[in-house]
Amino acid sequence: MSALLEVEKLEVGFGGNTSAVRGASLTVERGETHCLVGESGCGKSVTALAVMNLLARGGHRTAQRLSFQGEDLLKLDDRGMARLRGNAMAMIFQEPMTSLNPAYTIGSQMTEVMRRHKKVSQRIAIDRAADLLGRVGITAPGLRLGQFPHQLSGGLRQRVMIAMALMCEPQLLIADEPTTALDVTVQAQILRLLAQLQRDLGLGLLLITHDLGIVARVAHRVSVMYAGEVVESAATAQLFADPRHPYTQGLLRCVPVPGKQRQDEPLGSIPGTVPRIGPGFEGCGFRDRCSFADATCARSVPHQVAAPGHDYLCRLAP
Amino acid sequence: MLRFLVRRLIVALLVAATVMTLAFILTRLSGDLAISIAGPNATQTDIEAVRKAYGLDRPVLTQFFDWVGRAVTGDLGNSYFFQTRVSTLIAERMPVTLTLGLTGLSLALLISIPMGILAAVRENTNFDRAVQMIALIGQAMPSFWLGLLLMIVFGLTLGWLPISGTGSWEHFVMPGIVLAFSAVPALTRLTRAGMIQAMGSDYIRTARAKGLSRASILLKHALRNAAIPVVAIAAVQLGFMLGGSIVIEQVFALHGVGFLAWESIAKNDFPVVQAVVLVLAVIYVALTMVSDLLNAVLDPRLRA
Repeated sequence: MSALLEVEKLEVGFGGNTSAVRGASLTVERGETHCLVGESGCGKSVTALAVMNLLARGGHRTAQRLSFQGEDLLKLDDRGMARLRGNAMAMIFQEPMTSLNPAYTIGSQMTEVMRRHKKVSQRIAIDRAADLLGRVGITAPGLRLGQFPHQLSGGLRQRVMIAMALMCEPQLLIADEPTTALDVTVQAQILRLLAQLQRDLGLGLLLITHDLGIVARVAHRVSVMYAGEVVESAATAQLFADPRHPYTQGLLRCVPVPGKQRQDEPLGSIPGTVPRIGPGFEGCGFRDRCSFADATCARSVPHQVAAPGHDYLCRLAP
Repeated sequence: MLRFLVRRLIVALLVAATVMTLAFILTRLSGDLAISIAGPNATQTDIEAVRKAYGLDRPVLTQFFDWVGRAVTGDLGNSYFFQTRVSTLIAERMPVTLTLGLTGLSLALLISIPMGILAAVRENTNFDRAVQMIALIGQAMPSFWLGLLLMIVFGLTLGWLPISGTGSWEHFVMPGIVLAFSAVPALTRLTRAGMIQAMGSDYIRTARAKGLSRASILLKHALRNAAIPVVAIAAVQLGFMLGGSIVIEQVFALHGVGFLAWESIAKNDFPVVQAVVLVLAVIYVALTMVSDLLNAVLDPRLRA
């Protein structure tokens, strides 16, 4: 059986002079939480939008393979894609304040997606919406269903977004930093809920985040993105224990670990910022910030396997 | 919602009161009314007689409150020229102006909303550029000139439509088109800009992520938000069409309120002028209220 989501050599460009994603590959299995990590601007969100075919105007994607439950997404037209979106594959965004339509009630926006994809009555859709609002930790769901987005706080709105994404029991949920705007207790609630849904529904979760604390808690598998490439991918424990790519190593050094870190020891950091990379760029995107870089890094980058299921993009030996 | 209504109503009444005062002051500022009414050959005694007969010898404040008091009850005085009640005159002329204005606005909306949506969907294509060009030309073309062109082509050369009068619905076609033409550019551009902004917003991305149909995304989610400024401007445009159709009513000899205003100004029939200004102002205020209410229906955030 094919994996839930398979992405191979995904390329995304905007208008010809910037390459947002350069040959990124990743696989999400059923019932798996796959975390996509990396700093701002590395192409995490664009990768997710490209999978959903929701790129902003001017964005263009190509890939060797882009399949969902064995179905080739590259061959689907807009209608075919719309049939899947919100139904078998759903997405949650990082901007809870602006992601709901200000003109319609929560109830109307939540039931709309279910009535579009499933043959159900408004009554059933309302009941499901109320049930899901309760499950994402919203008290008085009945009241909330009749309210408008501007009457809800950012945290509540994001929970509504999550509940709305779950309306049609999707196989794949792509969550683009869903808990960034929520306070810590709510974050934990949401993550527990997502973990539970995963078990119940065999839900595959592609979770985009830059919070390595979240990764360590919920991810089965981690892909590290840098400048539009997936530079390292491994099972979570493996990645934290044995990071191979210098960028991954750098990222992990930036996280304070209570107990392991001495009080006066400075926290690690990676000098420089993510470079702007255009088409035709050769070699390793990280070489200008890498302390191991040499002349060969400007020419080609080998794809290496450190262990089964653990691969990375770097010339350094496994 | 009730508080919103009450607040809007109070504002509307204040505006109406201000306009009444202004209308009264402006007619008095246009010169000595008794001299104008009496005519160029009148003697000093004639003028005094006119002043007394029309109550113009009373203190200005008394005249003002007398007029306001009557106007509130619907009595707008008598026309000096037509020798009938002003309210009757306006009531006779209003249907023509209303028909014309509503025809003009409906046509304008029927043309500009679809055009604006299509232009937004096809942003930066030749269609979009053509629409913007038409809007530019429409904005630049004087309406009396367009009216004359239409009369020559459709009235005289082709003989399809009557060129003047108000006998049948056909009489309203050309003036309606001319009026619509003046409103189309602004409404089209506003619709286009609103749709482009809405289509780039996060909630439209959400709607797409939900797999909604293109029609639902465009017409349910985007248009509802894009329509808010369009409604406000459409209301102003309708007010402009009702009050500002003086030129068009002249060109097509439609005896509406605009025509009446023009006649009365020319004849110094100041009770009529005053009343027309007042009636149009009240219409404007009412239209603004209607647009506020419609916007509150469209956007729940405005209901507070």
